[in-house]
Amino acid sequence: MKALVWNGSKNVAVETVPDPEILNARDAIIKITSTAICGSDLHIYDGYIPSMKKGDVLGHEFMGEVVEVGPGARNALKVGDRIVVPFTIICGECDQCKRGNFSVCERTNRNGHIAAKAFGHTTAGLFGYTHLTGGYPGGQAEYVRVPFADKTHIKVPSGLSDEQVLFLGDIFPTGWQAAVACDIQPTDTVAIWGAGPVGQMAIRSAVLLGAKQVVAIDRVPERLDMARAGGAITINFDEESVIERLNELTNGKGPEKCIDSVGMEAHATATIDSMYDRVKQATMLETDRPHVLREMIYVCRPAGVLSIPGVYGGLLDKIPFGALMNKGLTVRTGQTHVNRWTDDLLRRIEEGQIDPSFVITHTVGLEEGPDMYKVFRDKQDGCIKVVLKP
Amino acid sequence: MRYETEKTRRRGHADTATDTLARGLGWFSIALGIAEVVAPRALARSLGMKGQEGLIAAYGMREIATGIGILASKDPTPWIWGRVAGDGLDLATLATGLEGKNPKKGNVGIAIAAVAGVTALDVYCAQVLSGESPTPLPPMQDYSDRSGFPQGAGQMRGAASDFEVPQDFRIPEALRPYTQPQAPQHPQPSM
Repeated sequence: MKALVWNGSKNVAVETVPDPEILNARDAIIKITSTAICGSDLHIYDGYIPSMKKGDVLGHEFMGEVVEVGPGARNALKVGDRIVVPFTIICGECDQCKRGNFSVCERTNRNGHIAAKAFGHTTAGLFGYTHLTGGYPGGQAEYVRVPFADKTHIKVPSGLSDEQVLFLGDIFPTGWQAAVACDIQPTDTVAIWGAGPVGQMAIRSAVLLGAKQVVAIDRVPERLDMARAGGAITINFDEESVIERLNELTNGKGPEKCIDSVGMEAHATATIDSMYDRVKQATMLETDRPHVLREMIYVCRPAGVLSIPGVYGGLLDKIPFGALMNKGLTVRTGQTHVNRWTDDLLRRIEEGQIDPSFVITHTVGLEEGPDMYKVFRDKQDGCIKVVLKP
Repeated sequence: MRYETEKTRRRGHADTATDTLARGLGWFSIALGIAEVVAPRALARSLGMKGQEGLIAAYGMREIATGIGILASKDPTPWIWGRVAGDGLDLATLATGLEGKNPKKGNVGIAIAAVAGVTALDVYCAQVLSGESPTPLPPMQDYSDRSGFPQGAGQMRGAASDFEVPQDFRIPEALRPYTQPQAPQHPQPSM
């Protein structure tokens, strides 16, 4: 079958790879009908996420039709079922899964011992996202093997299009969880750094959850345009001071809730701390560029909440922990517990509260995937979200 | 550097190559400047220009300042032109090393060739940046109708108020009085 494979930093190619097979009783094979390039794929593309191997199949946001089911998954799936696959692989049986903490499932990361060395404990297996999270082939392909498929799926009704439900696998519940983690009150100002796909979903989620005002911070005109369409006030950080404007919007008190949907590759080039990060990253003294984290800690209202869905990979420098501690900020972060939210979100899509397809700007065939990585990474052609049709 | 910004749109090009070149020249400036500041004596010796250590160190400071200017400014164009001017100074200074009986003339020649190459890059980069349109352009795509809310964003504010935030996602009880509209439930703690 054809698949998008990672061959090194900034090197993604369409290649023929072996067809997936049922390896375990709880597996299923999915024929993929739609698959997306996620912003977190770009961290891999840029070479910032360790433990990728040449030839790894990318992709963790996909859906399709079940074409083969292992005997241990037949109680939940049958051939012909239409499913969205959550990017976190879950067993549904371990202590963490039972608590709904699916992204830290204790059993699905087959390289859990490596993750435990890096993080202290294992986290869930992920599709197409390094060998630190299991080295499972991803879904930017014609077919994919879904391990623990009896639990790792979201069944979707035929009345909804792929485009309406595809993002239940990652960015929609990720933006939703980020907003839920803020425990939004009707008087809250929610500031969201990054108006990429996750940021856009976080904006809509914060609006749905009833924030008084939602503020989106970015510098790409199309993204700010889309953020405004979703009900956000926008700040272009290239043109005005984020801190001054946020204080102005909150009578000098700062936003109660701050969401970092940027992560490890912040692009604030005209600040001293971002230059410092660039130097340290280039000399391998730091893995991530945490400009957004520093800014959030500084501007957040005391006793407020920092919600961090943005992906960080390793060691961060010059985090103003003194400010964090003395302001009594609450930090909530983590990969998304996808299945914890998807029943509720699917209902909201069906009821017409939200249509996540608004974020799609480019739909192309799998063979155009490598080019689209570059277009998405460089934000060319107004690109915000790419969907591939294998 | 500027592609993703309004400023890039003002300049109207959809190509990150010049920005990347400008950024690269900024880093090069800083690296060269550090070398000149840290080791002026070694550089002077290798170029047969003993006695010019102070000048070399001063040039190093200039390179560092220019590099920071390129990387930290929203528009690097004037700083790149500054580099071009600095290249002229460097070439003129190096040319003095070709006079007389300097035993290191070979090294000086190599240095002049290297500086000339970088000068060509600087001039190219500065010209491309200067040639871009200063007129603001509209966004490449119009997404102003992409609310994601079939019934409109205004209608949907608070539509999910039926959602019950799970206990483990709620604000810690001790902080709730400060983040909710109602008055504090507990008496103010005494200091």
